[in-house]
Parts: sequence; structure tokens; C-alpha cells
Amino acid sequence: MNTAIIATLLLVLLGLAYQTGWSRSRRLAPAGETKLHSRPVYHGALAAIWTLVPALLIFALWALFGETASRAYLLAQLPPDVLALGSAELESTLRRIRQIESGFGVVGDALPWENQAAQALREFSTLTYAAVIAAAAGTGALALWLANRRISLRLRARNEVERVVSAAMITCSVVAILTTAGIVASLLFEALRFFSFVSPIDFFFGTVWNPGFSTTGQGAAGEYGLLPLLWGTLMVASIAILVALPIGLMTAIYLTQYASQRTRSTVKPVIEILAGIPTIVYGFFALVTVGPFLAGVGDTLGIDIRATSALTAGIVMGIMIIPFISSLSDDIIRQVPRAMRDGSLGLGATQSETIKRVILPAALPGIVGAFLLAVSRAIGETMIVVLAAGNSPFLRLNPGEPVSTVTVTIVNQLTGDTDFASPQSLVAFALGLTLFIMTLILNVAALYIVRRYREQYE
Amino acid sequence: MNENTQLEAREMHMPTEKIVARSDLYEMESSTVRTPDAEQRPVRVTARNVSVFYGPKQSLFDVSIDIPEKAVTAFIGPSGCGKSTFLRCFNRMNDTIEGCRVTGKISLDGGDIYDPALDVVELRARVGMVFQKPNPFPKSIYENVAYGPRIHGLARSKADMDAIVESSLQKASLWNEVKDRLHEPGTGLSGGQQQRLCIARAIAVSPEVILMDEPCSALDPIATARIEELIDELKQNYTIVIVTHSMQQAARVSQRTAFFHLGNLVEEGPTDLIFTSPGEKRTQDYITGRYG
Repeated sequence: MNTAIIATLLLVLLGLAYQTGWSRSRRLAPAGETKLHSRPVYHGALAAIWTLVPALLIFALWALFGETASRAYLLAQLPPDVLALGSAELESTLRRIRQIESGFGVVGDALPWENQAAQALREFSTLTYAAVIAAAAGTGALALWLANRRISLRLRARNEVERVVSAAMITCSVVAILTTAGIVASLLFEALRFFSFVSPIDFFFGTVWNPGFSTTGQGAAGEYGLLPLLWGTLMVASIAILVALPIGLMTAIYLTQYASQRTRSTVKPVIEILAGIPTIVYGFFALVTVGPFLAGVGDTLGIDIRATSALTAGIVMGIMIIPFISSLSDDIIRQVPRAMRDGSLGLGATQSETIKRVILPAALPGIVGAFLLAVSRAIGETMIVVLAAGNSPFLRLNPGEPVSTVTVTIVNQLTGDTDFASPQSLVAFALGLTLFIMTLILNVAALYIVRRYREQYE
Repeated sequence: MNENTQLEAREMHMPTEKIVARSDLYEMESSTVRTPDAEQRPVRVTARNVSVFYGPKQSLFDVSIDIPEKAVTAFIGPSGCGKSTFLRCFNRMNDTIEGCRVTGKISLDGGDIYDPALDVVELRARVGMVFQKPNPFPKSIYENVAYGPRIHGLARSKADMDAIVESSLQKASLWNEVKDRLHEPGTGLSGGQQQRLCIARAIAVSPEVILMDEPCSALDPIATARIEELIDELKQNYTIVIVTHSMQQAARVSQRTAFFHLGNLVEEGPTDLIFTSPGEKRTQDYITGRYG
């Protein structure tokens, strides 16, 4: 209801503004006599922008501060003894009054003062709502009138519209950048809070991971050594890469160099289906199929392999990354100029000699970039390891044993009852930050390498 | 039976004479073409009724030609006339293009190069190729030249390889310019030097025939002049077939010229005759610049 009315209002304003701008500018320059600087479309668009932006600003202000205002108003309505309550109880009272006001989810009978407050709140909301709509419509109309007055033969409407469009683009990219900065900042501040409990040296160089439980009241008594988790992460990621790199690369070589157009057009999409499988599905594939299978193989060979282990998680993660490596390397190999290939073949080199001695060396930097991107993906992968790695944060060399990784530990520390003031939860942010920095470095390195490679052939 | 004889009869009347020899003095069907210029030269490569198809589209029609030994034969014609396609038949580079089919017969020293028993690797060692755009590998100058000998196992030792590299670069008249920087990347040379490097690379496997596909089209006039000079020297030892866009170049470097148009070989003969008194109207029009 609420949004529908606002949307309708905005649409009406938009249509009206565009139409008036368009027709007014057309009337100014009857066909064939004088010439407008900008085409009527631009005048229409400019009028629409002029009209919509102030209205939108008013709605934005309302969205930002409406809640605070209604809260302040509500507090003013409450009897003093309620205000004297503790913050938690006050919050629940406020919630209750809002429920009475909206008529949803009310438990028990409402007290008279509660009803009163709810009634007052209802009136306040209706009033502000009407006021906001009126203000938006009013400023919109005013802006429209102003915009219309500006329309003249020489008005550079096209240039102004272009400027607005470019400003809109910049805003969008700034949003993306600010979000990244916000994520980093939140990670950083929470991590700093964690480091006020545990020294960074103990965290980064500790070899024991045993954070204890916040509910037992141990405080900082746990041990927060990052190394077992890091080791687990690296082990699983390395196994994944060992599986994915050869298979992915060979696939890419086959598809680019040997396969006929028909084979390629069927095989490539099929491989890319792998990339579309949700990781949780890979997770239970690992848990139900690959783990027991590996354990069985271990039994026949006389090696002890646990069903949930670094090996299981690593292999399945490797399968997950195959399409990633194959399609990236496919693009890169395809970029090696055909002239290189012809040059080598023309000298009597066989297909495989050409690939080994000319195409792969030429594509190597790009392949390294693809490899680094795949590694950073493997490091950040969560679901498969949660299900299949065994969650056992100890420093172990044997890949057949269960391990735990940084991502799994973050999940563990943040699920269930969490108190965000205890180091047991805050450590998740320190772990997240570590992970973020690792993948960031890998990505930057990969991008740098890929870019350098691109320069070579352009 | 009757049918068979008819068929044979029809085959015999097949219009192989689409190809008009320079003059009626020369008998096209014989395997050696006697011409004033290349008369003593034996024929190295012969092509008979070669057609090339890309998928369903035919782009070369029944071309027959003889390439004399140790001379330069130029293929000229407007873009898309099939001259490069034809050139690429001689070392079976068309095999690398999907959907490309070649019919007819091409023989090198009498052996059919499209014989299924023939190893295409050996063929390409005997028939080298230089491409339109210089395409040195992203390796050092030395490694670029050593590439062919290495894959064919031509050098027993490091000293052998050094000798091959040096002599190839010398034959390509590039040695003096690069001898002090053999280990710098080949891609750092100038365009003309790169093309000479590619020629050296082709020479290094000691081919008998060198195919050049518009080797100067990406080069400036000075670099072009050097390559032409080089081609002139190389013809002492190699059989050269060059595809060129430039009629002046064909006139300067070749002893025989073949003119292609729309996938057909229109006319073929000694260069001086083709340029001074062509037998076909289309040739005349092309070389006088009426089209192309």
C-alpha cells in the first residue's frame, strides 16, 4: 500500500514531467524554422530529472529519519514509570505498542495507556505519511514548473542530461567501493576488539586452537592459535588444486586445440554445469559418496583414511574448481595468436609439441593468474569443508585425517548462541580478516599477472 | 561397360585446359614445363586439379601448376582469389583449418603429399613456410631459430646447434644485426628483422621448398626491399613460392608468375611475359590496375 502509493506518485510525476518538457520544447521550435540546441527527448528527460530528484530526496530523508522521529514521538507519549524501566524492557514495551498499533501479533490484553500510546502513534504515522507525500508532490510540482520555465531554444539539455547520467554511474561504482570499505572496516574494528582480549602474537603464531565456550564464563581463557586452522586451509586448498589444475588445464587444452567445433559446443556447457552446482550439494556428495569411497579404498590398501578428512574435502573441492580453471585457461589459450600456432606447425612440430613449447609458454602468465584465482576460491570455500573435512583443529601432516579450516571455524564460532562481546565470537572477525587479506593478496597478484599478460599481444 | 567407357571419355574431356599456358608452345600436360627462363630447371612440385572446399563452399577450382626448382614462383591476384589457400596446400597447412577439404593431387619430387601414409611432420620439414605477419615465438632469438632443429633432432650437440643457428641467421642476412643479442626476445626486433628471423627459422630445418605468404605485407618499403634482396639470394638454394599482393614485387623477385582470379588459375608463365604481354584479358586488366 505504502510503497504502491509512493511508486505511483513518482511514476505520475515522471510521466508528467517528461511529457511537458518534451511538448514544450517542441512547441518552441516548430518544424523547419528554428533549431533547438537539444532534441525534445533531452528536454523531456531533463524535466523528469528535475522533478524526480527533489521528490526522491524527500522520500530518502523520510526513510532515514522517519523511524527515529516516530520513536521520539512514542517515547514522549509513555507514562514516566515506563520510561524509568531498563533499556531491554523499554524496547519490548515499544515493540508491543507498535504491534498494537499495526494490529498484528498482539499477545494478551492491551492496557489503557498502551492503547492510548498506540492510538497516538497511529495518528502520528498517518499524519507524517500524508505530510511526506504532500511535500514530495509539492516540491515535485514546483521543480517541474521551474524546469519548464528554463526550457528555451539554447538550453543545453543534452549536456545536462549526460552529466546527470555520468553522475549516476559514478554513484553506482562508489556504492560498490564503499561497501567493500565498510566490510573491511567492520572486520577490522571487531578484529581489533578481539585483539584487546588476545595478543596478536598468540593468535598468529599459536599452535593450539581451543577457544572454550563463552557460556562457561571462561572469558579469555581459551587458546586461539591460528596455525592449525591455517594449516588445514592450506592442506585442503592444495589438494583441491592438485586435483583441479591438471584436469582443468588438460580440459582447456583439449577443448581449444583438439576438439572439433561440435564437440566443444556440447562439452563446454556440460563442464560449466559443474560450476552451477551449489556448494552444499558438493558437500553432501563428499560426505555421502566420496568420503566412504576413499575410506574403502584406504581399507583395501591398508592405509587409514577417515571418511571425513582433508583428502575428501580437498578432492571434492578440486572437482568444484575444475570448470573455473578450465574456462579461464580456455579463454587464455584462445588468446594466443593463431599465428604462433601456425608458425610452429609450419615448421613441422606436432600438435603436442606446439602446445608444450609454444602455446603453453605463451599462455603461462595467464594460466598462473587463473591458478591464483582458483586458489583464492579454494581458500574461501566453506560448505564443502564444513561437511567433509571433519572439523578437527589440530596440526596434522596426514591428509587422511580430519582437519579444520579457517572458514569452518568461523561458522562454528558464529552459530548457536553467541555473545558478541566475548573473544569466542570476536575471533571469527580476526579469522575473517586473515582470510580476506590472504585472498586479497592472491587476487591482486592474479589480476596483475593477467594484465601484464594481456599487454603482450595487444 | 558402356557406361564405363562413357565415363572415361568424359573424364578425358574434362576441361583441364581452363588453365591457359602462356602460349601454345608449352604443353601443359607434360610434367616439365619448358619455358625460356626456367627451361633447364627440373620441376620440383606439381599440382594437378587441386580444388579446396571450406565446408560446402569451394574456394579453389581445379588448379594445376608446375613449380620449377631453385626459382621464385609468384602467385598474384586480387584478395580472396585463392592464392593463399592454394599456397597452404603445399605444406598441408589447410589441414589445421576445421572443415577444409582438398581434392586433386600435389606431388613433391614425384611423391604424393596427400598420401595417407605420408607423415605431415616430415612434409613440413621439407616445405617451410613464412607467414604474412612476422610471428616469432615469444622466446629468445636463438631459441626461435633453434626451435625447428630441436623438434626434428637435427643437432647432436650444443656446438652443432650453435652452428645451425649461426648459418641460418647468416643465410637470412640477420646475423650481423643480432649476433650480440642472441638471447634477447625475438619479439623485440623490428618488423623487418622479425620477418627475417622467421625466414631464418624456416631455413634452420633445411627445407627444399619455402612458401611465403605475403611476407612483406606488414613491412615498410625499406624492410620490404631487404626481404626481396634476401629472396633473390635464397633462390640459389631453395625452391620458393611467394604469394604477393604487389605486382611490382612479383615482377621484381619472381621468375614465374601465376595469376589467380575468383579461385581459378587464369594464367601462368614466365614473369616477364606475363607482365609484358599477358594472354588473357583478365590478367591484362589486373596488371594494368583496372581492378584488384
